[in-house]
Amino acid sequence: MSWVADNVDLIWALTLDHLRQSAIAIIAGFVLSVPLGWLAFRYTRLRGTVLTVVGLLYTIPSFALFAVLTLFGIPFLSELNLLVALTIYAVAIMTRSVTDGLASVDPGARSAAIAVGFGAWRRFWTVDLPLSGPVVLAGLRVTAMSTISLATVGALIGVQNLGYLFTNGSQRRIIAEVFAGVVAVVIIAVIVDVLLMLAGRALMPWTRRTSTPRPGRLRAVTA
Amino acid sequence: MSTARTRLAVALAGTAIAALALAGCASSDPLSGDSTDSGDSSDSSTIVIGSQAYYSNEIIAEIYAQALEGAGFTVERDFNIGQRDAYLPSLEDGSIDLFPEYTGNLLQYFEPDTTATTPDDVYAALKDALPDGLTVLDQSPATDQDSYNVTAAFAEENGLTSIEDLSGIDGLVLGGPPELEERPYGPKGLEEVYGVSVTFNPTADTTVDELVAGNIQVGNVYSADPRIETDKLVTLEDPKGLFLASNVVPLVNADLADEIADVINAVSAALTPEGLVALNVESTVDQRSSEDIAKDWLADNGLS
Amino acid sequence: MNLLAEAFAWIFSPARLTGTLPLPTAIAQHLAFTFGSVAIAAVIAIPIGWLIGHTGRGREIAVFLSGAARALPALGLVVLLVMLFGVNLKTEAAVTVFVVLAIPSILAGAYAGIESIDRSVIDAGRAMGMTEWQILFRIEMPLGLSLLIGGLRSATLQVVATVTIAAYVGLGGLGFYIIQGINLRDFAEILGASIIVVVLALVLDGLYALLARFAVPRTDGPRTRARVASSPLTRVPQFSR
Repeated sequence: MSWVADNVDLIWALTLDHLRQSAIAIIAGFVLSVPLGWLAFRYTRLRGTVLTVVGLLYTIPSFALFAVLTLFGIPFLSELNLLVALTIYAVAIMTRSVTDGLASVDPGARSAAIAVGFGAWRRFWTVDLPLSGPVVLAGLRVTAMSTISLATVGALIGVQNLGYLFTNGSQRRIIAEVFAGVVAVVIIAVIVDVLLMLAGRALMPWTRRTSTPRPGRLRAVTA
Repeated sequence: MSTARTRLAVALAGTAIAALALAGCASSDPLSGDSTDSGDSSDSSTIVIGSQAYYSNEIIAEIYAQALEGAGFTVERDFNIGQRDAYLPSLEDGSIDLFPEYTGNLLQYFEPDTTATTPDDVYAALKDALPDGLTVLDQSPATDQDSYNVTAAFAEENGLTSIEDLSGIDGLVLGGPPELEERPYGPKGLEEVYGVSVTFNPTADTTVDELVAGNIQVGNVYSADPRIETDKLVTLEDPKGLFLASNVVPLVNADLADEIADVINAVSAALTPEGLVALNVESTVDQRSSEDIAKDWLADNGLS
Repeated sequence: MNLLAEAFAWIFSPARLTGTLPLPTAIAQHLAFTFGSVAIAAVIAIPIGWLIGHTGRGREIAVFLSGAARALPALGLVVLLVMLFGVNLKTEAAVTVFVVLAIPSILAGAYAGIESIDRSVIDAGRAMGMTEWQILFRIEMPLGLSLLIGGLRSATLQVVATVTIAAYVGLGGLGFYIIQGINLRDFAEILGASIIVVVLALVLDGLYALLARFAVPRTDGPRTRARVASSPLTRVPQFSR
């Protein structure tokens, strides 16, 4: 693993780039999916269509999306192309989570808010969104992991991030380089996931007390 | 309610700070400068150097970069862009200024029907074929062209010295990058020029491994690849000029050419074919970084 | 759109039936990789998932490992394994990667399916004197089938899109055209091949939808909460609840 020791600077620089690109896509995806998910939730007639279309986006192979985006004037080999594509994938995953989350809010709480006199805007920000938090957060964690690993494809369209270690290592046949890339991606994905989980605990302290009922077993009654 | 709001505010502030911090840290990246895919770079005295997504090309680009920096220029690196079809537009519109290229392949890109084959003919034809705004500096004696190779054992068995000798053999499988299928010197060219029929297997980076393992018989290997020597491959001769001579040549923005000609021409002159193979060995076998390899090479050749 | 028209022209051009990799062959290779990998992943993940669901143990580890597996970059992993296994075991290396990618969804489908069953049904089974194995096969499997199929569906769609990477190490499939297209900057080729991948995904999703319909057992009222699996195109497996 001496290659890794000699190239720590390179790996670190690529990691920062990778994090920056992923963060932009995840945040942008989240921001876009909230109104979209809310629309799907609010207008039940639209729900099926919106969710299906959005879900379909995720099955599009990344290269295809890069190619299609050039039709909108985005240069094929550019970071912008990668970011837009990653954002679209993030929206594809997150929208359903937002819809599910809003749907999971106790209707009683919502009615109570209406009864007390909250307007729609205030209700959304102070009741619906916070209460849908756990579901939304779960979706966000999946999105984050998915985006971080997907971003490596950028190497094939000339965007510098950890994916460079794969293509360069493949050419030079340096196993340590490719391995370092894989490990780095997994590590930062896991770190981001843990950070999100901790952020969830901090922002939604009420969830600490509720735990998903585990499937219990009455062990005593085994035949 | 105030605690919830405070929490939200803190979270948003935290995210914003983290994002800014990342953006700040990430700008000091040794591999690439700012994304220069559209429009010119802001500072006209900065030279933007690009490279192909090919480790050997990256080494040469790094040599150019350090040589220019040694001569007092400011350099921005935008490496590993991809195949020719993908980066030439950036050169033409000026977002990239200097690019290490290969004469023969570049000429075939602009003039697929060219008949030039020798190094000098190719170089002369290339100068004419380039669009306005682009020009080339002196070419280097170093070459790195596509070439067809077989294992030593296979060559002995079938008495092969040139591509022509392949024409009688059945069941030949040719390996190389996926786009080789469509290149003029690919399977179609083999058929037309030499009457050799092959099936194509897109082996990409595993070409040499497949050749050695016997899964393919003929492999497209770059002539500066050190594995030709280390794995005892035989490069088949090309009497009919299927491949054009392809020397390393600096492709530059015409406005910039005079400024950097002295520095870069000195580099080109000092780069020999054996020298280039040696550089590639340092990268693949010794696993050194392009930066280190370039620094040492420039020092050894008295050019830093 | 002009590019779309070109892409379709590319797909239906007679040249697609000749050359190194005729389109039908590429599709066949692509599907073979997909089904093979999902099948192997199912053989591994389903028993483990049932064990987790039945005993209620090991759920946290499974969730964590599944999550981590989602973070694995397919491209890097395929390149790495091909270099490690050697060029003669390219296929095995690629299949290993696809199997690893498919396992999380199938595992989640398996244990979620069992967890979704009303406890009182299982208790009733125990009260009737069923052994643990009988409970597994007669109660939990059938009732959990729809969520399991949902997991399989999710895994299949993910693998179908990722098999395009197999071409990076020369294994064919529809990814061959995509990579060739990128290197030649032939957008019609890239888009055409991608359209076929998406169509394959839709067809497979439709097949699973049919399968899910048959998997929903006849419900006798509020006892069983067998849920019809919605299409994973619109559902994200929630690993971390």
